[in-house]
Amino acid sequence: MTVGFVLLCHQSLGRAAQVAAHLAERDCPVVVHVDTRVSAADRGAFAEKLKGLANVRVISRQACEWGTWSIVQATLDAAGVMLRDFPGVGHVFLASGSCLPLRPVQALRDYLGQRPDTDFIESVTTEDVGWTVGGLDIERFTLRFPVSWRKHRRLFDTYVRLQRRVGFRRRIPQAITPHLGSQWWCLTRDTLAAILEADDRPEIDRYFRRVWIPDESYFQTLARRYARRIESRSLTLSKFDVHGRPHLFYDDHLQLLRRSDCFVARKIWPGAGALYTAFLSDDPGQGAHGEPNPGKIDRLFAKATERRVKGRTGLYMQSRFPRPDRVNARTAAPYAVLQGLDVLFADFEGWLSRLTGSRVHGRLFGAERAAFAGGEQVFNGGLSDSPILRDYNPQAFLANLIWNTRGERQIFQFAPQDNLAILPFVATDPQAYMAVVSGAWAIPLAMQAVRPDADFVALRREAALLQRQETEALDLLSQPTSKARLRHWSLVEFLERAQDHLQLVVDEISPGTARRLTDMPQMVDLTPLPQFLQALRNEGMQPVLAGDLGDLEALIQGGEKRGRLRVAK
Amino acid sequence: MKLAEAYRLRLRRKRLVWRAYGRRRQLQPVQVRTAQIQPKAILLIATMRNERIRLPYFLRYYRDLGVDHFLIVENGSDDGTREYLAEQGDVSLWSTQASYKSARYGADWTGWLAWKYGHGHWCLTVDPDEFLVYPFCETRSLRALTDWLEDSGARALPAMILDMYPKGTIHAAAYGEGEDPFQAAHWFDSGNYMISRNPQYQNLWIQGGVRARTMFADEPQNAPALNKIPLVKWERGFAYLSSTHMLLPRGLNRVYDDWGGEKVSGCLLHAKFLDTLAAKADEEMQRHEHHANSREYLAYQQSVQNALWCKWSERYVNWRQLEILGLMSKGNWA
Repeated sequence: MTVGFVLLCHQSLGRAAQVAAHLAERDCPVVVHVDTRVSAADRGAFAEKLKGLANVRVISRQACEWGTWSIVQATLDAAGVMLRDFPGVGHVFLASGSCLPLRPVQALRDYLGQRPDTDFIESVTTEDVGWTVGGLDIERFTLRFPVSWRKHRRLFDTYVRLQRRVGFRRRIPQAITPHLGSQWWCLTRDTLAAILEADDRPEIDRYFRRVWIPDESYFQTLARRYARRIESRSLTLSKFDVHGRPHLFYDDHLQLLRRSDCFVARKIWPGAGALYTAFLSDDPGQGAHGEPNPGKIDRLFAKATERRVKGRTGLYMQSRFPRPDRVNARTAAPYAVLQGLDVLFADFEGWLSRLTGSRVHGRLFGAERAAFAGGEQVFNGGLSDSPILRDYNPQAFLANLIWNTRGERQIFQFAPQDNLAILPFVATDPQAYMAVVSGAWAIPLAMQAVRPDADFVALRREAALLQRQETEALDLLSQPTSKARLRHWSLVEFLERAQDHLQLVVDEISPGTARRLTDMPQMVDLTPLPQFLQALRNEGMQPVLAGDLGDLEALIQGGEKRGRLRVAK
Repeated sequence: MKLAEAYRLRLRRKRLVWRAYGRRRQLQPVQVRTAQIQPKAILLIATMRNERIRLPYFLRYYRDLGVDHFLIVENGSDDGTREYLAEQGDVSLWSTQASYKSARYGADWTGWLAWKYGHGHWCLTVDPDEFLVYPFCETRSLRALTDWLEDSGARALPAMILDMYPKGTIHAAAYGEGEDPFQAAHWFDSGNYMISRNPQYQNLWIQGGVRARTMFADEPQNAPALNKIPLVKWERGFAYLSSTHMLLPRGLNRVYDDWGGEKVSGCLLHAKFLDTLAAKADEEMQRHEHHANSREYLAYQQSVQNALWCKWSERYVNWRQLEILGLMSKGNWA
């Protein structure tokens, strides 16, 4: 017994002829159905190429429209010719003109010879099918589909909705249980003959004429009626993309296809000359053959689908530019924004960087420049420290920074005098961790105020501005829509248990280190602060963000006495 | 309101098409071989001036990718560009002495050629210093790409400009005829691009890269646009708006996904920063035939002495590298 091939062709007939000739020369009868819409000249040329081969039949009866009965009819016509003309055929293999056999024909013949009663056809009940595009599964069998989905999609969808609403249902014939599966199968002669010669075939055909995409359900359903043994899988390697179109194979897939051990692959790009040369030979250059194992190819295409649907988190580029409300994370990786700690501790950045091994920047959104770690003028990816360039598109600046340093945690300092335009972006980014010691901005001002040449009026104005900006920033960060994790202490709250709070920050920044802080950073001299805040108050300003002034005073003095707060002199 | 906007854009598009039609007489045919163009041929359309030295490599590069026919407008060259192009068997050449600037920087001329010969073809509109790379370009031809785009229902491919520069000064990056320009200039900026969406034409506006970093850091609003859509399944009635940055009808500009997924895209490697630029910048400053009073060329002239390279510059390897860096994407082409 041998295996016969039914080929459905509508384009790249040159390649189809090559495949048909290859199969026929190796003693596999071939029946080709050529779409009637192919021009007569092309059909003639095609037939000409296969003229010398006695075991090839070319028919051309149907205009095959995607998703319609015509494809099933063409298959039935060709299968009928196959069964009539070639009694030696034990299995019939349905393939398309853009399929390519990957293993020697003899290997397929041996494989099927060992399984003479088995029908290879993917056949799954509608409840269990997970791949239907557009959510139509059982409804394929119970609704009507008079308009083309490809040409009039909106009308199609409207009509489906209308039928659902009025509760329209077609009756499914008693004799069948709907099953779905890949269009490409390999059936035994007996099963195929039973389907073709069934007494109730006119009735069944009439029913399937109006089923949606019958080529994925006609044989899949009827095989269940007659088959002795069904292996519910296709011998044809065929993968579909997110839009329900088959993935194409190219020359660079050669090794993957070889190692897949599949019998036939679909769909091959007609220009993939190397694939045709390699596989249409008697020695496709492979070793032992086991069962088909398309795992690698599955993964390749699954990754492609994921890239198309989800994309790479945090990437903004020419063909991925998500709207803010349509993605969760706005940047590529977790990062931390620290406000107030750099003025509270001397050389805080150096200390934190030594402790955590992360990249600790200065004030990236400072007015003078973007203070990259190490004082660099240009950073990863060519980011410039120019404040003008940064402020031209601060969101792009931050998103680029995080993208460019994937794999390395970024930490930067922030202050109320920095460019606040970045905060709405940070606030809505779940990758962001923000620790704020509010009121800390007063520390450098207090130090300036004790200088003999201090201009208190200017400092007072500055303080009012910073307080306003910090309030605004905190409001923004604590909006209900905010996704950043915010940790906020007033200066007093922070000083009460500075070591514990700092520990929290460090744990957040480098999770997994889980070490106790032994080496605390040096705190700056806070003694001028209470007096400065009192002076502000006397000038009519109400410094609220630092916390209670009396507590602050007590903390600073008490801290010095008990030596709990180490102060850099 | 929306309708009025749509109608205004329609009028704008019609005007551009008619404008291109009106300029057709500026083009003198030198060597027209358009009878060779087969129904599915991939066409390359370009305008150039004094690019003789670049041509051998340029033509070879695109022939190897699978361009079937070149439609070229030569604008007042005196260095043998015209003669060289006229000899090429797959080039149709027109010549003009008219103003490049008043022809919308050549877009009217290329627009006319696309109108006349491009209908139904995939047309690649590039400058002679732009080299397209796209996913799998070393193993799959342009035809594979356009077939796939067509199957996927895509009408255009975006390819942003990636400025390539040498490590030393531009003067030191000597370019010789027939050479791969990216032997001399193979560095680029990988992650400093700024994107915003243009609500009117729905395209993305991309700025940044080495030019923004080194020449426009103080006036980023004037930094050159890097977004381009050079490859389009052309139809009569399409029009490029400014260079190949954006198109009308504006649906063609929707080459990006705004739900988080990635569509397919390529890059145009820009072989501008070579020793050939110095002379060109001087000449163009004289001619004032470029955008915004040749502001870009002024910047080049000033920066020719400075090194563009920095320690974070990336050395070009191949398209896969650009894909990993996130400058282009395979989309769901696998």
